[in-house]
Amino acid sequence: MDYATLLQLLDSTVRLATPLLLACLAGLFSERAGVFDIGLEGKMLIAAMTSGAVAAISGSVWIGLAAGIGASLVWALMHGIASITFRGNQLISGVALNFLASGITVLVAQAAFGQGGRTPPLSGDARFGAITLPFAEALREVPVIGPLYFEVISGHPLLVYVAALAVPVTWWVLFRTRFGLRLRAVGENPAAVDTAGISVVRLRFAAVLIAGVLCGIAGAYMATALQAGFGREMTAGRGYIALAALIFAKWKPWAALYATLLFGFFQALALRPDVVTRVTTLDIPVPALEALPYVLTVLVLAGFVGRAIPPRAGGEPYVKER
Amino acid sequence: MTLRTLLGGAALALVAGAAHADPALIFDLGGKFDKSFNEAAYTGAARWAEETGGTYRELEMQSEAQREQALRRLAQSGSNPIVMTGFAFSDVLTQVAPDFPDTKFVIIDSVVEGPNIRSVVFSEQEGSYLAGIMAAMASKSDTLGFIGGMDIPLIRKFGCGYAQGVLATKPDAKVLVSWTGSTPAAWNDPVRGGELTRAQISQGADVIYAAAGGTGIGILQTAADENILSIGVDSNQNHLHPGQVLTSMVKRVDNAVFDAFTQGDAVEPGTVVLGLADGGVSVAVDEANQALVTPEMTAAVEAATAQIASGEVSVHDYMSDDTCPVPGF
Repeated sequence: MDYATLLQLLDSTVRLATPLLLACLAGLFSERAGVFDIGLEGKMLIAAMTSGAVAAISGSVWIGLAAGIGASLVWALMHGIASITFRGNQLISGVALNFLASGITVLVAQAAFGQGGRTPPLSGDARFGAITLPFAEALREVPVIGPLYFEVISGHPLLVYVAALAVPVTWWVLFRTRFGLRLRAVGENPAAVDTAGISVVRLRFAAVLIAGVLCGIAGAYMATALQAGFGREMTAGRGYIALAALIFAKWKPWAALYATLLFGFFQALALRPDVVTRVTTLDIPVPALEALPYVLTVLVLAGFVGRAIPPRAGGEPYVKER
Repeated sequence: MTLRTLLGGAALALVAGAAHADPALIFDLGGKFDKSFNEAAYTGAARWAEETGGTYRELEMQSEAQREQALRRLAQSGSNPIVMTGFAFSDVLTQVAPDFPDTKFVIIDSVVEGPNIRSVVFSEQEGSYLAGIMAAMASKSDTLGFIGGMDIPLIRKFGCGYAQGVLATKPDAKVLVSWTGSTPAAWNDPVRGGELTRAQISQGADVIYAAAGGTGIGILQTAADENILSIGVDSNQNHLHPGQVLTSMVKRVDNAVFDAFTQGDAVEPGTVVLGLADGGVSVAVDEANQALVTPEMTAAVEAATAQIASGEVSVHDYMSDDTCPVPGF
């Protein structure tokens, strides 16, 4: 495989990994606080539809992004009310919200635009354009590093860099702030946190809402940066792959970056079966490549690649007195 | 015309209408306004209603479980003929049709045997062949792309015809083939469609034919973003990116519905194949893509149409034997 092809693959990896990374970090916040969130998919979907629709009407991608985050927050809030306030089953609440998003996005988009559940195509200011990083053109001629910087690092929409930045920020918040310590504690032993006089409910709501913001950015990225409008079910299971990546990353922010980049790379590889065949000289079927992230996750869960231990209080609604 | 004759005429039309049963149309899960297959069926029915002043009944499927119920309900209420869109109705129709021998059923995109069933299928390979000719003539790199949705024989039929058209025009051209996936989710993944488009562009493709349902929206979008040409499918999609969509391989589902409605309960049972000769498939040219279509292309398309009609050129149908003379399919 030549260097140019590798760069194309990596470029595609970055684009495909971005929504996975944002959703994975969303799941990280939520699950570290003890609330399982299977509804990442639904939150991304409702955010994609809302941002696409609002950007199309207002003509401004920023208003679209804000609306997308807002819609995702509504979904996060519903999940919080169902599973934290009313102590419902977190998995069932998540699944229900996924179904709700799947249906309501098409319904609203059809009622508003009458284009078969799609939002109108966006152009110009209603869409995130690619950003050329400083010195990208100048450094292009530098061997090896120049093309890497120009092709892979530079030339993506703003939200890609936001996602990349979210990784160190997440690490810092979780491991270097008081809020982060409490958030992690609430996922491990909520009773201890409660004894210290800190509200478990408020912390968990904060975590779920942060997840809502991150999913909102992920959905808006898909509808207004990667594509130019919403199409029904356009998230196509990325929320579930992000969950798999979260387990693969063992609920750690930096590992989440590597896991989603790896999964993104597999997805990019599945788009180029010709490259795979050339490199391995084997004729590997495309579905096998697509299944790789899931196979890896099962291997991790089975304990082959080190044990993945979820937060201890995950999935348990907190009840003060027994 | 006096008011009296006008009223009389209207009354006569009403009586005539009552003598015949109303036709009915059932849309598949994609929904009536899918900008593609089902919407074309709706257009045909609406045209019939406008031209004849007749009325018809319609139903949109909401779930798989409704299919049989919907068919029986319409048949019991006396609708005739009953037209349904999509191959997904085949199994249900096989069970329901024998129970209503006096009702005529028309199924589009699938073949179902029965004394009261008309099956309408299209020669997508012929329309795709023409699209392939135009693509090959528009290409500067001599590398053409095909992106299919779910990997099923019907879509391979599109791709195989396209590749034959390309190679007939430029025997040394290269046709890249990609599939969005192997599950129904492949019809609705524009993001993946966009990435596949970029992957094909990086391999040199400068015209890409999208036969992938909703995924095609992403393919056309990315092609327009990257300044290469694309080809739409099923409905005329030229207007989506004016000046950047070379053409669309249009399937005239509307004509099939219009004809069935016009013939009413006298619909002839059997299998009808609509091809180039009877306008069942075509490549769309309108104001959105006029500038892209050169006179040479028009001439080549017309010549190929004549050759296919006369039998001089026969485009291989992938579904006839599940093979394609062009490697890659």
